[in-house]
Amino acid sequence: MTEAADQPRAGYAAWVGLPLLAVLLGVAAVAAIAVGSTGVPWTTVVRVLAARVSPDGWVDLHEVSEADQVIVWLIRTPRVFVAALAGGALGIAGTQMQGLFRNPLAEPSVIGISQGAALGAVVTFVSGLSAAAVFWLPLFAFAGALAALATVYTIATRAGRTPVATLLLAGIALGALATAISSLLISLSVVNWQVANEIVFWMMGGLDNRTWTHVWMCLPPLALGALGARWYTRDLDLLLLGEETAASLGVEVERVRRMILTTAAMLTGAAVAVSGVIGFVGLIVPHMLRLVLGPSHRILLPAAMLGGAAFLIVCDLLARTIHPPEEIRLGIVTAAFGAPFFLYLLRRQRGRFELR
Amino acid sequence: MSLRLDGAGLRIGARHLVRDVTVEVAPGRVTALVGPNGAGKSTVLRLLAGLWRPTRGHAALDGTALSRLSRRALAQRISFVPQETGIDVPFTVRELVAMGRHPHLGRFDAPGPADAELVASALARADVAHLADRFVNELSGGERRRAVIARSLATGSRVLLLDEPTANLDIDHVLETLTLLRTLADAGATVALALHDLNVVARWADEVAVLQDGHLRAAGSPAQVLDDALVASVFGVRVERLAAGDGRSTLVFHRGERRSTRDG
Repeated sequence: MTEAADQPRAGYAAWVGLPLLAVLLGVAAVAAIAVGSTGVPWTTVVRVLAARVSPDGWVDLHEVSEADQVIVWLIRTPRVFVAALAGGALGIAGTQMQGLFRNPLAEPSVIGISQGAALGAVVTFVSGLSAAAVFWLPLFAFAGALAALATVYTIATRAGRTPVATLLLAGIALGALATAISSLLISLSVVNWQVANEIVFWMMGGLDNRTWTHVWMCLPPLALGALGARWYTRDLDLLLLGEETAASLGVEVERVRRMILTTAAMLTGAAVAVSGVIGFVGLIVPHMLRLVLGPSHRILLPAAMLGGAAFLIVCDLLARTIHPPEEIRLGIVTAAFGAPFFLYLLRRQRGRFELR
Repeated sequence: MSLRLDGAGLRIGARHLVRDVTVEVAPGRVTALVGPNGAGKSTVLRLLAGLWRPTRGHAALDGTALSRLSRRALAQRISFVPQETGIDVPFTVRELVAMGRHPHLGRFDAPGPADAELVASALARADVAHLADRFVNELSGGERRRAVIARSLATGSRVLLLDEPTANLDIDHVLETLTLLRTLADAGATVALALHDLNVVARWADEVAVLQDGHLRAAGSPAQVLDDALVASVFGVRVERLAAGDGRSTLVFHRGERRSTRDG
């Protein structure tokens, strides 16, 4: 390809980075399906998965026990799928927000967007809508995320610039408010013994008891969101150079910004609808990848999707296996990685704060 | 392509940034906008570029109102080089210049061989080909500006608007940049630029428009317009003309008393 020859770094990144991440994702997925309270050999995992995606009779499953098949296909695979989808969505959404706000600290859970999505999800949960039809949950989560994002954006952005301090403070306040309302709604509506459980699920995230229904539930908004992200890839690059430059190169700045925000909200909403608030995925993954692959979103967005998926699968694997038979909440594991990383970024950015 | 402002004014709140400016930027000509700081040079450039819409009057490209063209259509026809080129994102120079192809690419298109060729030619013409794989944020101010000029060449637009394109450049690259703009204009491009250095204007511009306090004071050829009285009145300096080797004169400025120049 001429492109690879003409663009050394971009070519390098595309032809080495992305396949590497894809392999990493595949390995993580198989490992996560194999490891657990009951171990399944990885060869069995591969066989069961292969049998499911290939026509009948191509893969012989006679030697695989019924129990193993159930564990692999009905228990662990959907869970790993949901982890991959949510992680990929958060990776993309985080990348978009960092690009749009031109700040590596912008991330769905840090600036209150995930909490807004969780509030939307909780509304369907307590009102019974989520039981009525499967699409209400992701739809309301999307609405919650969008409302939160629009609010933070309106408060924190002046004339196209978003001071870090304002962004973080607005996000913290909004996140806390959304969390409080969610907790209140849960307390008012479900029986006592469930309250703590539900609040913990939505606020700290989790992938326990995920089924194929959850996979299908979040897939359409995710696909739509990913398509939207791809649609505005180059615009995001141009916006990194400043609004005026972007406009002079043909970007309809306001409209594009609104569309990117909507896309990010849709992705965040879909992720939160099936996994609760999982922090920092959209912070660590895009930032690390940007250091290696460069700022061009043509590479960065798919890389963040693959990387986010792999990262969340591994975090969930840790959450399940660190302290058996108890499961640690997934949000705790991601926070264990993410919070120190966030502090490190904050320290490095100190000079750029505008706290006036 | 000919760009024209007709009685254009821009008001933000109660403040008039420019008022009743009529200028024509013609193809094949280098048009300079001069004036003291805050006179409205950058504003006029942005009105010409269609980045800002005049609140009064009209801006048009070959008779078509700029407001009727989409951003994309504008970007295909007019390129704008801002004064501030502070870029803190580690794009390579080649990536930066390739962004000039954005208005010509479809949503899912990757840049093709033709685009790569235009980018390579733009890199060479702006003398940044040797920097193609360096990171933009690690370049000097002058190198960065040339990279941005290369990006606007890569758009392939026939109208180039530049805000102080020679600021921060060493003298060699000042001359090189001006020569490049001259060559482009001679090939039929429409070039307009905001400039500070009146000597550069006198030597390189075909047309000059003098702005003061958001008003157009005078327009025409530099020889006609930049007489001692006007320079004294607009800039508040006294002019001395020294004969240069090529038979033209070089302007030397001395601080004078700034006179009131507002006459409506």
